[in-house]
Amino acid sequence: MDISRRQFLRDAAGAIATAAAAPVAEAAAPFAPREPKQLPPKAIGMLYDSTQCIGCKACVTACKAANGKPVEQPQHLARWNEGTWDTAEDISGKTLNVIRVYQNGTMAEKDREIDGYAFVKRHCLHCVDPSCISVCPVSAMQKDPVTGIVTHNPDACIGCRYCVYGCPFNVPQYQFDEPFGRIAKCQLCNHLLKENLLLSGRDSAAVAVEEGTSATSLWRQSQIPACCNVCPTGASLFGWVDELQAEAERRLARKPGEMYEFPRGLLGGDRAGQVAPVGHYQPHIYGEKEAGGTQVRYLTGVPHEKLGLPKLPDHSFAAVSEGMQHTLYKGMIAPLALFSGLVFLARRSARQHEEESGNSKPGDEERPS
Amino acid sequence: MTAITHQPLGRKVVTKPFLVLGLFVLIAAYFILRRFLFGMGDVSNMSNGYPIGTWVVLDVVIGTAFGCGGFAIALLVYIFNRNVYHPLMRPALLGGVFGYTLGGLAVMIDLGRYWNAFNLLLPWYGQPNSVIFEVALCVMAYITVLWLEFWPVFLERMPPAFKQRFGLDKLQAFLKRYMYVLVAVGVLLPTMHQSSLGSVLLIMGSKLSPLWYTTWLPLLYLTSALAMGYGVVMLEATLVNRAFKTPSEVALFAKLSRVAAGLLIGYLALRWGDLVDRGYLELAFAGDWDGNLFLTETALFLVPIIVLLSRRRASQRWQFVGAVCLLAAGSLYRLDSYLMAVRPGNGWTYFPSAPELMITIGIVCLEIMLYLLFIKTLPVLSGNVAESRGRPS
Repeated sequence: MDISRRQFLRDAAGAIATAAAAPVAEAAAPFAPREPKQLPPKAIGMLYDSTQCIGCKACVTACKAANGKPVEQPQHLARWNEGTWDTAEDISGKTLNVIRVYQNGTMAEKDREIDGYAFVKRHCLHCVDPSCISVCPVSAMQKDPVTGIVTHNPDACIGCRYCVYGCPFNVPQYQFDEPFGRIAKCQLCNHLLKENLLLSGRDSAAVAVEEGTSATSLWRQSQIPACCNVCPTGASLFGWVDELQAEAERRLARKPGEMYEFPRGLLGGDRAGQVAPVGHYQPHIYGEKEAGGTQVRYLTGVPHEKLGLPKLPDHSFAAVSEGMQHTLYKGMIAPLALFSGLVFLARRSARQHEEESGNSKPGDEERPS
Repeated sequence: MTAITHQPLGRKVVTKPFLVLGLFVLIAAYFILRRFLFGMGDVSNMSNGYPIGTWVVLDVVIGTAFGCGGFAIALLVYIFNRNVYHPLMRPALLGGVFGYTLGGLAVMIDLGRYWNAFNLLLPWYGQPNSVIFEVALCVMAYITVLWLEFWPVFLERMPPAFKQRFGLDKLQAFLKRYMYVLVAVGVLLPTMHQSSLGSVLLIMGSKLSPLWYTTWLPLLYLTSALAMGYGVVMLEATLVNRAFKTPSEVALFAKLSRVAAGLLIGYLALRWGDLVDRGYLELAFAGDWDGNLFLTETALFLVPIIVLLSRRRASQRWQFVGAVCLLAAGSLYRLDSYLMAVRPGNGWTYFPSAPELMITIGIVCLEIMLYLLFIKTLPVLSGNVAESRGRPS
């Protein structure tokens, strides 16, 4: 040991400076989340009104038929049926949407928190700034730049399940019971929508609009998401996100108990509405701002936390995570600067160690390993 | 200072402990086979509430931190120019080689669509915003670098005539000459992915308690991984020393202890300072599950700090205690932040199934078996280890 203490301190200081200066200089500004993403121009989505839902689960059955998913029967519910009735309790690898029920006390009244019950529909909310897309290492999750639908490509997917882990709503579901399982999630019946004139090609839609055809008549009624197509009360309503938002605000503005015509199927479509009293809503449109905003809106009679809709901040966690990555790895400058410093120091040390051991017999080499 | 000589231990390889370890590996192989035939649900308790289980958290997140010995010692020896620690380099590197390689094996068992794994390397699939993408590429590259850094050990063992015939002596000279580049890459890559293993959790904002969720996660993960690297080197050396009665390195570890303790003090100061800064201090003393986990972690981190800074660090027994507590603390921090403090809601719970754990245990056993095989047959340990007398084991 003939390196002096001072020498060591100098080396150490140099190394620390190399290690610290590079990222710090690069990230002159302190860490900040990435810019929030905006709603796509032709964003489509859903409005689910818990007070209008009667829990018939027609949407669950229609979803399974439209997406080719099997009936699901958890073992502990087997005694309830003989193999025909779908008893999915939550979304899963085989179930893309589901109706769940909130129960409290005597369950005397619907949409009441105490001694009441309420329904809630679970499926993908098609976030504006989705966590699943941010975490996916192989771009298997994609957001359509026009409609904003979040889709999944099983041919790209490696099955790491970080989309399942990172989704604030626990939406993507991996098929753990399959040897070649895949990720299942609601894709807003993308395959049905594709045949719709309005989405099939922007050009044809533009021509139609020029000819004076109203935008909504371009939707063919049967080619909207299956759950909204079959909903008898209009609790699940399909449409443009901005129009759905306006509809939700209209309902909130009405006095509870007042009669109101709830549109069914497609908002602005020609199907007859369902006339029913306006619900006693919580004064919050869930999904508008949650996690940076989504393309689904929820109106509920009981607080949304009771229905398994988590309380979330207005920003997306994807923006936090990507902000960090972009700060540390912007242009790969910081890692490269650090690398140059490391090469310099390692080379000098290696040389020095070699000299120190120069008097040893040949073949008795100094090796780093 | 004279050159460091490395020698194989040259003991019997197939011993009773070796066979017991082999039995565990066979059990794991059986369950791995079942996983591939019948799906993950057949052997694992992972669910869509807890889609990340012990295979990732124990074998990869904690396993690669245990594999940071090579990274931590290379940083001291080559970057901070502390040649005194050079004798520790090879065994530490060997630990890294197996920690990371078998972590990679665990990932292949855990990937739900493993046949698509190659997509990670196809540029049109790669997604650079993804933290996991960066971790995956870095770890793959680092496994390669570790084997390259270790390659001279194989070359040394080959007969000179054989090397000459296949031009391997030239390769040996080339590796020796440019080893410093490999060393630099071998320090850069773990710096990147060990910190990124913390960044992975930045997406968990609503599911992870504020006691763990902070934008300092990358730095906390990096410092604790380095400290664990020193811990694992001490642990390995102590165990090898006791088992094979090799020359003791206690004095060297007394020095190393101070480095590890310094890192841990920095880690704890950042962790608590950040907690106070964000105004969540009361959560630590809430007396609930999360709060108590957090306090347990801190206590476990304090033990090695106290032991390694006191006079006791000169005793092998206390070094061992310090190293074990250090590794337990770092492991608990990782286990908590990835699993035990994660709340996916909707009533989800997770505890690993026996087959799932057996796979994890089998992988660790395989790691120990390969480590023993390598130190007995290859020049890994420094000094005249082969001449030292000890009971055969």
